[in-house]
Amino acid sequence: MNHWIIAPVLIPALAGMLLLLEVRERHRLRRITGLLSCAAMLATALFLGDQAWGGEITVYALGNWQAPFGIVLVLDKFSALMLLLTAVLAFPALLYACCGDDRRGANFHALFQFQLMGVNGAFLTGDLFNLFVFFEVLLIASYGLALHGRGPERVKAGLHYVVLNLVGSALFLIALGLIYGTTGTLNMADFAVKAQALTGTDATLLRIAVLMLWVVFGLKAALFPLYFWLPAAYAGATAAVAALFAIMTKVGFYAMVRVYALAFADGPFAGLGQSALWWLALVTLALACIGVLGAKRLGTLVSYLVVMSVGTLVAALAFGQLEALGPALYYLLHSTLICGGLFLLTDLIARGRGEVADDLQIGPAILNGGRLSVLFFAAAIAVVGLPPLSGFVGKVALLRSVPDPAYWVLLLVAGLCGLIALSRAGSTLFWRTTGEGSGLRPARRHLVAVLWLLVLSPLMTVYAEPLLQLTTAVADQLRDPDLYLFAVLGGDA
Amino acid sequence: MELLVAIIIGVLVASGVYLCLRARTFPVVMGLTLLSYGVNVFLFAMGGLKMNQVAVVGMSPDPTDPLPQALVLTAIVIGFAMTAFLVVLALRSQGELHNDHVDGKPDDGGRS
Repeated sequence: MNHWIIAPVLIPALAGMLLLLEVRERHRLRRITGLLSCAAMLATALFLGDQAWGGEITVYALGNWQAPFGIVLVLDKFSALMLLLTAVLAFPALLYACCGDDRRGANFHALFQFQLMGVNGAFLTGDLFNLFVFFEVLLIASYGLALHGRGPERVKAGLHYVVLNLVGSALFLIALGLIYGTTGTLNMADFAVKAQALTGTDATLLRIAVLMLWVVFGLKAALFPLYFWLPAAYAGATAAVAALFAIMTKVGFYAMVRVYALAFADGPFAGLGQSALWWLALVTLALACIGVLGAKRLGTLVSYLVVMSVGTLVAALAFGQLEALGPALYYLLHSTLICGGLFLLTDLIARGRGEVADDLQIGPAILNGGRLSVLFFAAAIAVVGLPPLSGFVGKVALLRSVPDPAYWVLLLVAGLCGLIALSRAGSTLFWRTTGEGSGLRPARRHLVAVLWLLVLSPLMTVYAEPLLQLTTAVADQLRDPDLYLFAVLGGDA
Repeated sequence: MELLVAIIIGVLVASGVYLCLRARTFPVVMGLTLLSYGVNVFLFAMGGLKMNQVAVVGMSPDPTDPLPQALVLTAIVIGFAMTAFLVVLALRSQGELHNDHVDGKPDDGGRS
């Protein structure tokens, strides 16, 4: 058996435990451990991506208990892609935190690693209850990270975030209980097979369970009406943490796609909850436009851009038989990286402005603000989807594969609202200034971290064709659930 | 037996939801605790309810399902840890915001 699949879970788990053992506050040692772990994850993700790219779906039976009785980890193209995205985002986020943000509270590095463990595990697992457990791991770490650093704002936003997610976990458990009660299994592949044979009361109960799952995943993904926690929590969090959180909404989206593609793409339950998802996603998109325009702080504005990307993605998923999934995954890569970069950039701008921080009001000029303004300009172009950067490619691909007037109008209006809000924010931050500021200059490591994330956007434009082919291949593999079922269950499927 | 368990779950979840909607942190913590109790009993019942049967195949003609017991144990551990965390968070919110309103607002004359 190939043991590499479990490495993305084991590496951060080991690093996190080592970091907990280190009690003497040797920051240099902690930083090196954290960064090494992230680098190892990146290398493993590349290796696993290469392995998955051949088209084979690799299954790892934990404790050698065969599915559906034991828990399995499954590596296909989709999970490999998400693992790679996590690793690419995590390294610069941690690098950014290593300039001093990590010292504002205890155990930042350990929590960061446990968060990555939860995210990687959620992408790999092939078992619904195990998905719940990894969700909890990533949430518990995220509670600590969201509260990292002090301040009443953070505690208030954190309390809402924690309470909402605990209610979400309770719903998740009820849904899992119903699924086990009706199908007698929690293995995703086995569940997908057994669900098709259900009739009568069991089928109704399963419908309820799946709709509850959509609610839970919608909460994680921040879909209307469950996104209200996101702007406060993300805008309040430390920059590096907010950048890492850019992947968290995508975990919800991943879980939705995974369960949907396996069990509900066709068969008796085909399209369960699909029309509701479609309308909710469109409403999310519309409300995110209002949020972007009304934001009083740059951090809140970027948070609403995250909500906007979620609306765009879920609408593309709900549109049809996973037809738009290829472009949607390209857009997912783009939006996660750019939003992460924007969160880091927001923090740099806030530091440069001193007292007024990232409030969108007239304030002191940023010391040597030229470099930051160029970065902000590029990031804004990329995130609203103007040519020539990756947002444009992603949006054009999405518009071509989702031929629906409502979606077209909303996506274009969303781009326009983002453009208006960001140009207004940019002119306020960089041009309408009163004298020279007393803020801090960005350190070189800060700029490296921001550049790492922002440079990926022009790269994604240059290599748009092969990348779109790649994401389309991922979607094609997902559209054929029999491959997954056969890999996990063997000849029984 | 089924009816009794169903009523218990219903009462626990209903009280939990009611308390979760209160405006003070302590009732919310209590509400989440009750909610997780309700969910735990629900999980426990999901494999079917059987009286006086062991959970080992071969030891009894009609064994009860062992998996929900393992799952509920996981759920209890996670729920317990989260309640502890939430209590600490509520205390810190009380300390930093100087009141126990979930929105951190000043007291509005005891109306909530």
